[in-house]
Amino acid sequence: MAIDVERTSVRPLVEHTVIDRYHAKARVNHWVTAITFTLLTLSGLALFHPGLYWLTAFFGGGSGTRAIHPWFGVVLLMSFSLLFIQFWKHNFWNRDDTQWVKQIDDVVKGDEEHLPELDKYNAGQKIVFWLMALFILILFCTGLVIWDQYFHGIVTIETNRLAALVHSAIAICAILLLIVHVYAGIWVKGSVRSMTQGNVTGGWAWRHHRKWLRREVRGAEPGGSTEG
Amino acid sequence: MSSYQSLDIKRRSATEFTPPAIRSTGLEVAKLIDVSKCIGCKACQSACLEWNNLKEDVGVNVGVYDNPHDLTPHSWTLMRFSEWDNPDTGNMEWLIRKDGCMHCEDPGCLKACPAPGAIVQYTNGIVDFISENCIGCAYCVKGCPFNIPRISAVDRKSYKCTLCSDRVAVGQGPACAKACPTAAIMFGSKTDMQEQAARRVEDLKSRGYANAGLYDPAGVGGTHVMYVLHHADKPEIYHGLPNDPKISPLVNAWKGGAKLLALGAIAFAAVGAFFHHTVVGPNKVSPTDEENAADLVEEAENGSPQPEPTRAG
Repeated sequence: MAIDVERTSVRPLVEHTVIDRYHAKARVNHWVTAITFTLLTLSGLALFHPGLYWLTAFFGGGSGTRAIHPWFGVVLLMSFSLLFIQFWKHNFWNRDDTQWVKQIDDVVKGDEEHLPELDKYNAGQKIVFWLMALFILILFCTGLVIWDQYFHGIVTIETNRLAALVHSAIAICAILLLIVHVYAGIWVKGSVRSMTQGNVTGGWAWRHHRKWLRREVRGAEPGGSTEG
Repeated sequence: MSSYQSLDIKRRSATEFTPPAIRSTGLEVAKLIDVSKCIGCKACQSACLEWNNLKEDVGVNVGVYDNPHDLTPHSWTLMRFSEWDNPDTGNMEWLIRKDGCMHCEDPGCLKACPAPGAIVQYTNGIVDFISENCIGCAYCVKGCPFNIPRISAVDRKSYKCTLCSDRVAVGQGPACAKACPTAAIMFGSKTDMQEQAARRVEDLKSRGYANAGLYDPAGVGGTHVMYVLHHADKPEIYHGLPNDPKISPLVNAWKGGAKLLALGAIAFAAVGAFFHHTVVGPNKVSPTDEENAADLVEEAENGSPQPEPTRAG
């Protein structure tokens, strides 16, 4: 049995800095996407398994769920496309990301001091970003052909069957990815405020995205060189 | 359409439990369509429209006898005309098949349907759509190996032949069978119809149709609508009647046990995340992190060239 005694002097947090991370436009865009994704998950799962059919009650019954689910999908595609345009250039893979993946053990333990300094996004965030983009594109295309009300007969029944299968399978993958994304936000304290208030503390940036912090700080330097 | 009670139901779409079919007599019904006796008069089509109070729009003649051109939400049965050159005899044969729901013993529509009770199979074998539960998703169209269900553009419900379940419930035969002037459509117990078919097949064979046979495809567990075909070895010549129909493997994969695995994976991920937090605890920013960040900002603002030593986290 080990007892650690931690002595912390009570000091005023004068050195509390705040760094802007997301503009209001990105925040609104993110939450429109998040709400739409949630509605799609609930209405989609309602028709996915009989045990979840009761979820149709939230969407005005079975027919209502069937009718509205594709429209949520249209909103999601548009909303996510705007997010994609804003974020894609920050999500290119680099050597640090490969190193991050190799040290996934340290990541999972929250032991970030051993990781390379990271830019605006870490490898996990980049993987979530690109996979989500891919999944949403597949879900939209397969969803379109099984949207019988407007797109009946544009493909053969056999292609429709394949589309329905792929749509369900990819939807499950997307939901799993969403769980990773949401949990990361919950686990890494101080992240959510970047999407609710638009900023993070300097300490958060130092701990998780030091390279990004250095760049932001350099950029904020009066009269100094601003890069990237 | 439904004139039955839940006590007659053998299978129910999107339903985990087996309905209590205690009123079952064990008698399975079947409609036997003897293609070799059909004269293509379309009385069955008229009778179907009349009994079910359906009206078809006035169509356009495109040079074939099929009228309408396809099954519709109103036309639950359709005479399909095929001209086939028999390579053995050199004769042109006019093959006329009454198309419609086959009432599969293993119905693909019922398997694919996500709405509880929108598709039922009665203990007598009839597969029926219960419109009030139908949500119009057209999954039944994907499930069906015979391309039968049609979705109404008006009410977004799926429609097909009911095998006159309402008539059968009160001891009558289907309207089409009643109207057929040559008795090419017969109705009775499945075993009786199989015996009748065997006699007809024997007769056809004696008259030169060596490949005559009964179409009761095993791939869907047999059907409650069967055909006597003069060329049972090649059903596809009868306007594309599938040779070995079965529920598509894609539909089986889509509607199979993988669904439970998928839900399990979602639950596992959510519970796993909870326990990760329980074991590792929150990933918190320490005061040292804040100080280091503040130092960095300060240093940049002062333009001081020498960086302060980083405090250990």
